[in-house]
Amino acid sequence: MNESEGRSSSRRTWLSGPYILWIAVFTILPLIVIFKYSLTDNAGSFTLDNISAVFSPINMKAIWFSFKIAFGCTFFCILLSYPMVLAMKHLGLGKKSFSLFIIILPMWMNFILRILAWQMILSNNGLLNLLLTSLGFEPVRIANTSAAIMIGVVYDYLPYMLLPIYMAIMEINEDLIEAAKDLGASGFTVFRKVILPLSVPGLLSGTVMVFVPSMTSFVVSDILGGGKLQLIGNIIEQDFTAGNNWHMGSGLSVALMIFILISMPFTAKHEDQGHESVIW
Amino acid sequence: MRRLKDILSGIYVGFIAILLYAPILVLIVLSFNDSRSRVTWGGFTFKWYATLFSNGQILDALLTTVVLALGSSAIAVLIGVPGALGIHAMSKKKYNFFMGLTNIPMLNADIVTGIALMLWFVHFIPLGFGSVLLAHITFNIPYVILSVMPRIQQMNVSVYEATRDLGAGPVYSFFKVLLPEMMPGIISGFFMAFTMSMDDFVITYFTKGAGVNTLSTMIYGQIRKGIKPEMYALSTLIFIAVSIILIVVNNISDKRKTVTSDNGIERI
Repeated sequence: MNESEGRSSSRRTWLSGPYILWIAVFTILPLIVIFKYSLTDNAGSFTLDNISAVFSPINMKAIWFSFKIAFGCTFFCILLSYPMVLAMKHLGLGKKSFSLFIIILPMWMNFILRILAWQMILSNNGLLNLLLTSLGFEPVRIANTSAAIMIGVVYDYLPYMLLPIYMAIMEINEDLIEAAKDLGASGFTVFRKVILPLSVPGLLSGTVMVFVPSMTSFVVSDILGGGKLQLIGNIIEQDFTAGNNWHMGSGLSVALMIFILISMPFTAKHEDQGHESVIW
Repeated sequence: MRRLKDILSGIYVGFIAILLYAPILVLIVLSFNDSRSRVTWGGFTFKWYATLFSNGQILDALLTTVVLALGSSAIAVLIGVPGALGIHAMSKKKYNFFMGLTNIPMLNADIVTGIALMLWFVHFIPLGFGSVLLAHITFNIPYVILSVMPRIQQMNVSVYEATRDLGAGPVYSFFKVLLPEMMPGIISGFFMAFTMSMDDFVITYFTKGAGVNTLSTMIYGQIRKGIKPEMYALSTLIFIAVSIILIVVNNISDKRKTVTSDNGIERI
């Protein structure tokens, strides 16, 4: 498409001037500044200590825990979302904007308040245990555990997994599924050979939208972890707010960024398909 | 067999819906709780809804949040739409380069974006409403570009060229041909940006400085001392208002979808 527009379009590129300036000033320069902080100490001289601090036992423990939370969160989000979308499709809720509405609406209640509500549900004498004991079950103790954090992040990021999977599966041409059935494919074969492969872009973009944020969040672990369980986000946040240790915090941030950059090639493949959002 | 599948599907959808809405229900119930404590039920009351409107701090934070969301998404549209048009006209190589840069704020962790912006801002502006606005514009522009770009790619450029050949000026052609074609993308980009700005906590938290509060940062500040019950009331009101808006918008867009085909050209 770009080539076919010929000469008149090449004049149009100046329109992006303000945006390119914006990227330079508010995307590139801040990154340079954070790199500078991460590579210097309080006196301003060069050091690698802030970056290598990643390998200290406390930080390694937090990073490993963050990774487990992010991995588990992505896994459970897929596990919950995929059957949800298939069930919605089965019930014929697919093309209706009502079903999108159901998924999006919770995001309009402030997320910190929603996580606080989970704290009330999951606490030892909270609503969940009230329900369990009234049904004759043993109460569970998950308040301030990693399980509580996991429930919180899965809840928080579930819509970000549901939406892309929903869009990928609802876009599948019904004729393809019919054709596969006519040719004798069983329900499971249709799923394995048609629906699953065609939903991969949705799964990938859902993973991108869930993995990084759940790895770096600090509010959920703050509220549901009772302050004892730390994600790497908590440590960075404390470096800036409580500890006033900006150089160390920058070093950890840069290390995090490098980790994300390494995982980027895996997402870059489907990036240019750019679907318009169907939320509105 | 099919019947069983129907029932199972229904149960599962219901289960996820309960999961999504359980905490929201808890918050709505709390907004009517006469006790200040979160764990005891002190009877039904409307009083938090009344005191909400005399709570200057909360209303201030609400105003800041809304002004910030409207302002940052409007400016993001003004910068992002021409940006997308310009980038689209570039060579494949430059196009990929700039779209890659556009993805940085989206792929980077919020905490890193927030900290990087804060470290940069402290060098030349005081942290406050202005710095938060700049930060929100920065993470909003990519949403605008990514929702407008598919529209631009689908656009029939010959129509634009034809109007130019027939003597229309570039500005006239822009408003008569390009803008209507891009409009659905612009609208969805604007609302995406608006939603992201309303919902943001992390980036605001790091770039805001001491004086300003959005609803998110105010709620975060109240966690230790206990959330003011008025906050539950306000959230319930916002939730109900957004529900109504979404129902209306969805109904309109459903109707529009059935009336017009999405071909574009006949709309000129």
